[in-house]
Amino acid sequence: MNYLYLLKRVAIAGLSVFVVSSVVFGVTTLLPGSAANIVLGTEATEEAVQQVNEDLGLDRPVYVQYLDFVGGVFTGDFGESLISGQPVAEILWPRLLRTLQLAVVAMLISMVVAIPLGIVAAAFRDRAPDFLITSGSYVGLSIPSFVSATLLLLFLTTPPLALFPKGGYVPPREGLVEWFHHLLLPALAMNTVILAYVLRQTRSSMVETLESDYIRTARLKGVAERNVLFKHALRNGLLPTITVLALNFGWMMGSVVIIEQIFAYPGMGEMIVQAIENRDLPLIQAGILVPTIAFITANFAADVIYTMLDPRINLGEE
Amino acid sequence: MSLEQQNRRAEGDPLLSVDSVDVTFEVADGTIRALRDVSLDVRSGETVGIAGESGSGKSTLALAIVRYLDANGRVDAGSITFDGTDLLSASRGQLRSIRGNRIAHVAQNPATALNPSMRVGAQVREAIELHQDPESTAAADERVYEVLDQVNLPDPEGIARRYPHELSGGQQQRALLAVGLSCNPDLLILDEPTTGLDVTTQAKFLDLVEDLKAEYDAGILLITHNLGVIAQIADRVNILYAGEMLETGPVEDVFTEPANPYTQALLATTPEIATNKDVKPIPGRIPELDRIPDGCIFADRCAFATEECRSGDVGMAAVAEDRAHESRCLHWEEVVANPVVAGERERVERTRGEAIMTVSDLRKYYDEGTFVQNLLGDHEPVRAVDGVSLTIHESEAVGLVGESGCGKSTLGRTLLKLHAVTDGRIEYDGRDIHDLSKQELNEFHSECQIIFQDPEASLNPSKTVRAIVERPLKLFGDRGPEARDDRVVELLDQVNLGADIVDKRPQELSGGQQQRVGIARAFAADPSLIVLDEPVSSLDVSVQASILNLLEDLCTEYGTSYLLISHDLSVIEALCDRVAVMYLGEIIETGATDRIFDPPYHPYTRALLSSIPSLDPHDDRDRIRLDGDVPDARDPPTGCSFHTRCPQKIGEVCETEDPPLDDVGDGHAVSCHLDEAEMSDPLDADITGS
Amino acid sequence: MATEDATAETDGERLPPIVTALATNRRILVGLALLVPVVVAAILGEAVAPYDPTETHVAQRYAGPGGQFILGTDHLGRDLLSRVILGGRTSLLLGFGATALGLTLGVPIGLLAGYVKGRTDEVLMRVMDIIISVPTLLLGLLILVALPSNIVNVILAIGVVYAPRIARVTRSATLSVSEQEYVLAARARGESNSYILFREILPNVTGPVVVEGSVRVGYAIMIGTALSFLGLGSGPPNPDWGFMIATAREHIYQTPWFLIWPSLALLVTVMATNVIGDGLRDVLDPRVTGERQ
Repeated sequence: MNYLYLLKRVAIAGLSVFVVSSVVFGVTTLLPGSAANIVLGTEATEEAVQQVNEDLGLDRPVYVQYLDFVGGVFTGDFGESLISGQPVAEILWPRLLRTLQLAVVAMLISMVVAIPLGIVAAAFRDRAPDFLITSGSYVGLSIPSFVSATLLLLFLTTPPLALFPKGGYVPPREGLVEWFHHLLLPALAMNTVILAYVLRQTRSSMVETLESDYIRTARLKGVAERNVLFKHALRNGLLPTITVLALNFGWMMGSVVIIEQIFAYPGMGEMIVQAIENRDLPLIQAGILVPTIAFITANFAADVIYTMLDPRINLGEE
Repeated sequence: MSLEQQNRRAEGDPLLSVDSVDVTFEVADGTIRALRDVSLDVRSGETVGIAGESGSGKSTLALAIVRYLDANGRVDAGSITFDGTDLLSASRGQLRSIRGNRIAHVAQNPATALNPSMRVGAQVREAIELHQDPESTAAADERVYEVLDQVNLPDPEGIARRYPHELSGGQQQRALLAVGLSCNPDLLILDEPTTGLDVTTQAKFLDLVEDLKAEYDAGILLITHNLGVIAQIADRVNILYAGEMLETGPVEDVFTEPANPYTQALLATTPEIATNKDVKPIPGRIPELDRIPDGCIFADRCAFATEECRSGDVGMAAVAEDRAHESRCLHWEEVVANPVVAGERERVERTRGEAIMTVSDLRKYYDEGTFVQNLLGDHEPVRAVDGVSLTIHESEAVGLVGESGCGKSTLGRTLLKLHAVTDGRIEYDGRDIHDLSKQELNEFHSECQIIFQDPEASLNPSKTVRAIVERPLKLFGDRGPEARDDRVVELLDQVNLGADIVDKRPQELSGGQQQRVGIARAFAADPSLIVLDEPVSSLDVSVQASILNLLEDLCTEYGTSYLLISHDLSVIEALCDRVAVMYLGEIIETGATDRIFDPPYHPYTRALLSSIPSLDPHDDRDRIRLDGDVPDARDPPTGCSFHTRCPQKIGEVCETEDPPLDDVGDGHAVSCHLDEAEMSDPLDADITGS
Repeated sequence: MATEDATAETDGERLPPIVTALATNRRILVGLALLVPVVVAAILGEAVAPYDPTETHVAQRYAGPGGQFILGTDHLGRDLLSRVILGGRTSLLLGFGATALGLTLGVPIGLLAGYVKGRTDEVLMRVMDIIISVPTLLLGLLILVALPSNIVNVILAIGVVYAPRIARVTRSATLSVSEQEYVLAARARGESNSYILFREILPNVTGPVVVEGSVRVGYAIMIGTALSFLGLGSGPPNPDWGFMIATAREHIYQTPWFLIWPSLALLVTVMATNVIGDGLRDVLDPRVTGERQ
């Protein structure tokens, strides 16, 4: 492993966090309506407004607020909620954990379902299984998660097929089965587009791999087709999927906003929507930044995993 | 081996017998008849060559034998029998037990034919474990090392642990051959095994195949476009053209007394070094394989063709009584009596003028590292051009020869300001090209043009031929639109293209036509110097000859100077007045073209010359084989850069002192510590790489 | 797009083979068959809508399809067909508008980065990477939190989100094209940078860019509807698929049709752009080539 390369990746990730927090700060300070009015309502007296501004540190020069904010991002301090007065980190942390549970389960589902389907489609290229899977993927790719979520709710939570709860969250310590029972439907709903996307990427990269010269070499060596697929094609063909999975993590971090809203799942996404409705500035800032940081981390991890798995990558070069 | 098999072999039955095979491919707009009535036999211990240009179907034949045609292709007629087994009706299981075990297919392009994420050893062992049932892992490993050693890979255990991308091109080709040899196959199919390799690497690979043949007693089917390769190692040869076998016979007979007009034309169009052979282009084009004309497939391009040749079926005629030598020609007797042969070259004496471009101590380094890398001090730049001095005169063709990675293309491009200079000077017309005024710069650009290797990539696919050729006229000339149009047609005519192609786009033209358009574009600027970067190396040999003749004519007609960059000495010889030989970014020998082919030689030049396979099956030149691979240009050897591989290395002086480029007479200069006699003496025995 | 410039030069005598290839591609034809009716209906709008989409028919709330109202009515008794047609106008405007904006911003950046290379490329691409590192929907949310939510700002938000992705595709195509020998030949002729960029390179990167753009249209529509589902769209009473679906959820037990029609319209439209995108890729940017001898 080339440490210089790792170091460069870490630096880029850090820089990304810094720039994104600056932008978030910039955009949110431009927000119409002062924070004090949000806290006190529009009928507040001048003194009260003054007092609130002082409490929130909004009377300080913008650059001091900025440095304070960015410093806070790197130390995990996002200030306090304007509505409840609770520290943002305290509100955020449990919700982040719940959202990550959802995202990880969703990711696992997409891997377990999409990758094998993609492989099957590639192995049966231009034949019936491929046609079925590819056509299905078009539909999946075109159903927005809020539609799939609504449909799942409609058909699987109400009689005659009330198989799942309508929403909510049960912590794993109260029973893994219950936990999973609550998680499965939102995870599935989140998955339609991603599943189709991973499937298509897997298929096309496997098709490309199966057409390569070294696959011919393997077949002409007398390797049986099953081993051609699993021993020779899979590792090379699935490498690009790692990057795709990381990219999808970003998509998920976005779609939780909708899914959690629909399934009343107490995660980050639900919090963001409430925060936007309430114009709760520090919560909005954190709600956008934290998933972004999670995404940046996922990309970093994918990068590192990729370089470890692909012997060809000449570390240090792009 | 069963008794029955042994008996059959003893009777001299062929190991592989291809009999009247037809192969077709279904495509969107019709049927391509890729192979028609192709027959050949391969016996144990025999090397059978298949020679053909692109579109001849030679690789299709190899894949048909191992039953690996694309899904849209099939064998329509004929039979393929391998050691008593009908391959065309063999089950999947039978095929699996034959492939890799008894028939090994070694593909071209080893860089992509080896699995990039599997260690070399594992790829060799896989076949052994599949077919040989080794007693233990250790036994399998033992066999892996043995095979890697047999293909002359140094440190087999080390190589086995490496990934393909960590090997050089020559080593990759050896590793791929090791995969093929791992199960002691009865038949080894080599599909363009040396295409893409440097000539010195190719020579070593061919030696290896010869040695292994003696050891394994396998039949070898060798497919190549390179007639020299066949002359050197094959016993029999089959000449394939547009999907038909036109001639077959022992190599000696076919190469010395070809009985088919195509074979004769092919031999006459193939350049040979140091022979004064004037290559003769083959007129016309290979026919479209979806519209096969009646009669002889070569009739349209044949000087002997008569009415008879254009109808009915033309079968194989026996040239030798025992049918060992056959030709698909109605007039073969006349053909043998009046062969098509290449002429003698008359060197056009060009009067060399003033120096127009002078290069002094030029250096061009790549990838000089980022700030951080240099700070950490673990980064060396690639020294692509490392102190080159060269002068090009008016009306002179200078050749720059060297193997891949020697920096010859970088040098050519740096001369045209396509790369920034790291150090040194380039003067054009007495002025440093890096401080020209805008006016002078414009003039420089119009005076110096470039022609590239890949004719397709050198033409913008979104433009028409007219737009491409017209552009320099617009940019540098002061002609009106109509005069420009006329000039475009005139230029196209000079490169032997009709005016009817002006509205075509590059992808609608053949490779040869594309290269002609590229040449017309270069001459449109009315240049005084053209850098030709491997202008014919991606073209078929018959097209190559016509392009070389064209370049020669234009050079004489326009008085243009050429800098011809090529890895192929025969191409350089055909066109150049003077040659410079490059190795690892430096010029190690330079002189008039004829002088380079005669002693005294730089040891590298000598090795290069001796590595070029000759068309003469009885060739008995020195065989000098170089050890190892070209060193890393990031870390070139101290002293003489060639000392790590030099068969005539003297001693320490070679490692410490960089020999100057000393004149040995008549402007012939060699950079070597040997004295002139040592550079001229015939070498005792084969100096072969250990 | 820019391909037209290239054909203009040839006096347009013959159709380039690419046009035939596009016109006979099965995927493109299927996609167009799905998309064209949606687009035509959206453009004609009021002219084909049987009712005023905002007109309420209180007596006929939650009507099923097949009666006076072909597709039924919503919770306020508004005609669903008319609303789906006019809602398509918003969604398509958004999809094409945001993609156009993304192309306008992304293509020049990608061209520049891929052509100039070196530091400039590094810096530009890092900036693009950073924008991409914010999840799409969140970036859209962020922009719409700061700006009033109307269709122009939604287009702006999605356009900005897309620009880096388009820039990336353009850059990688530019990088490979600028290594081609015909570009070197142009440089050896001393052509100006603008000639090389716009006449030599641009016509040859349009393939991948068009493919990317066509896929983006569908995604833009999806994100746009998602935003308006969250209440950050163009807003009532203008019909809009996302907002219709959001409202329909609350009335799901009274009439499923209210949910089904806009969802179906959305599905068909996005699917059409995906299918067309694949068809365009087959023709313009073939990555998996079935090459044969």
